[in-house]
Amino acid sequence: MSKRIEAIDLNVYYGNFLAVEGVNINIEPRSVTAFIGPSGCGKTTFLRTINRMHEVLPGARAEGRLLLDGEDVYATGVDPVTVRTQVGMVFQRPNPFPTMSIRDNILAGHKLNGARMSRSEADGIVEKSLRGANLWNEVKDRLDKPGSGLSGGQQQRLCIARSIAVEPDVILMDEPCSALDPISTLAIEDLINELKNEFTVVIVTHNMQQAARVADKTAFFNIAGTGKPGKLIEYDETSVIFNNPANKQTEDYVSGRFG
Amino acid sequence: MTTSTDTTQRGSAPQPGGTRKNSLTAGQMPRWTWIAVAIGALVLAAGLTALLGGGSFSWTGWLIFAAVLYIVGMYVTTYAIENKRRATDGIWRNLVWAAFILALIPLVSVVWTVFANGLPTLLANPQLLWTDMGGVTGADDIATQNEGASLQGGFLHGLAGTLMITLMATIISVPIGLLTSIFLVEYSRGGWFSRSIVFFVDVMTGIPSIVAGLFAFAVVELFITTFIGESPRHVQMIKMGLTAAIALSVLMIPVVVRSTEEMLRVVPNELREASYALGVRKWRTIFKVVLPTAMSGIASGITLAIARVTGETAPILVTAGYAAATNWNPFSEWMTALPVFIYRQLMNPTAPAAGLPSADRAWAAALVLIVIVMLLNLAARIIAKAFAPKKTGR
Repeated sequence: MSKRIEAIDLNVYYGNFLAVEGVNINIEPRSVTAFIGPSGCGKTTFLRTINRMHEVLPGARAEGRLLLDGEDVYATGVDPVTVRTQVGMVFQRPNPFPTMSIRDNILAGHKLNGARMSRSEADGIVEKSLRGANLWNEVKDRLDKPGSGLSGGQQQRLCIARSIAVEPDVILMDEPCSALDPISTLAIEDLINELKNEFTVVIVTHNMQQAARVADKTAFFNIAGTGKPGKLIEYDETSVIFNNPANKQTEDYVSGRFG
Repeated sequence: MTTSTDTTQRGSAPQPGGTRKNSLTAGQMPRWTWIAVAIGALVLAAGLTALLGGGSFSWTGWLIFAAVLYIVGMYVTTYAIENKRRATDGIWRNLVWAAFILALIPLVSVVWTVFANGLPTLLANPQLLWTDMGGVTGADDIATQNEGASLQGGFLHGLAGTLMITLMATIISVPIGLLTSIFLVEYSRGGWFSRSIVFFVDVMTGIPSIVAGLFAFAVVELFITTFIGESPRHVQMIKMGLTAAIALSVLMIPVVVRSTEEMLRVVPNELREASYALGVRKWRTIFKVVLPTAMSGIASGITLAIARVTGETAPILVTAGYAAATNWNPFSEWMTALPVFIYRQLMNPTAPAAGLPSADRAWAAALVLIVIVMLLNLAARIIAKAFAPKKTGR
């Protein structure tokens, strides 16, 4: 229930603009990996290529190989929808479906795909996912209320519950705490620590303390200047990246020095 | 012409350096200034109207004079007491109000006239709603007008026609319009094809409705003469409810496309991405996430489009003709819509020598038509509320 992610010479484009160049990375299953780096360096862009969400934007494409347990998700004939059922994603801003109740939001991945299931089966999925997202006790009495009525932190955990409900192998998180207060952030970080028992978790964050707290390994991306492509500078154990980085750029970034 | 009001204002204006007041409010007009100016303007206008009218007093003239005098008077007063900036601010505010009231006058007047003329007839003869003009002759109307016999006939056939034609038009235009706007928003990527669709939809919005009627007539004629036959009996078939519905959908489709397009564009992209990220296919995302989220706006847009075509006369007259009997079948025989009924009753009364009963029926029908349109607008609001994403539960 958890897959290895490997990128081999991956280039990511927006139209003709090369946004991320030559990424080679190997992400272990059942681990938490954090992507850090300045804005515009391609962390999110690379993250979105892992479940082929990148190409949803007009003109966006990726070249190179990206392997999920050895299988190339960019091979010809691969249906992006199949990839996305295996690689879930949580976005920067909580985005529960406003027309659906909390329960229906959890079941969205199944119901939107037209899956038929018995009521007890559905209840089981809802409870398991909500417990997995540490939200069950807070919402179990109001599963039929709209998801948009929850607080921001609860909404984000609802979105995490929604993505684990379809039982993916990998969960991608794009700055999941940037819109949340410290207490909700703590709840999500605790959750990430539990999620890695079952899933491969990749998280983009601007908060270096957060990366240090949750990630087993950390990847630092940087950009040489505007209009230049972003690159993966260094990828290592989190403690190494923050305490003893091999690259000067990484050291400057994690210690807050630039230039 | 505003001297009288002017002088009264000056005397009461707070003098700078007078009694100790809040210095921030110094130099301002007292609050009742506008009442004083309004009274002055009304009195002055009354005198002016009486003078110019030469004996007869015109109420309309009085109000117009008063409005002009009030606007000018307020400007001069404010200029004199306060300053030019506030005077300019005031004159624009008054002009905006005047424009608003001017725009409201025809609206209120139309509703008032229709209710005043139609309601008594309808209350006295509620059978108008469930009888048609079948068998009603000029002799009946002459009897009604001259001998006080009860009003004969009704406009059930008009109600049936309006209902069936609008229903058919909705069935035709809603899928086409909805799918067109889904294509424009979700599938096209701003190429020449989608831009030309947008252009032609905009052109269609401005099409004169009679052209839509002739177009529908020509299309159905082409279809019938090509596939069914060219004998006069077949050509007779052209005029039916369906032809009118096609004409109305030509008018309706652009309205539906534009309103739906706007509504789909405001659905946040995050929701589409959330759905894609769950491994949901595009068409399912559109039909199960995007459309439900935009449903309230789409539904009210469609209802307003229906309300707009309900009042059409010319395209229905040339495509569905005019019948005196109730016809519920839009696929054969002529049909009458309420606006056509009103038009015919006023232009060609049942009894040319005794037009009053026909006019009464026309007013009552106009009242019913306005009520239908009002109810549709109300329905649009209720639908919008009912479908709107729920925000409660916090």
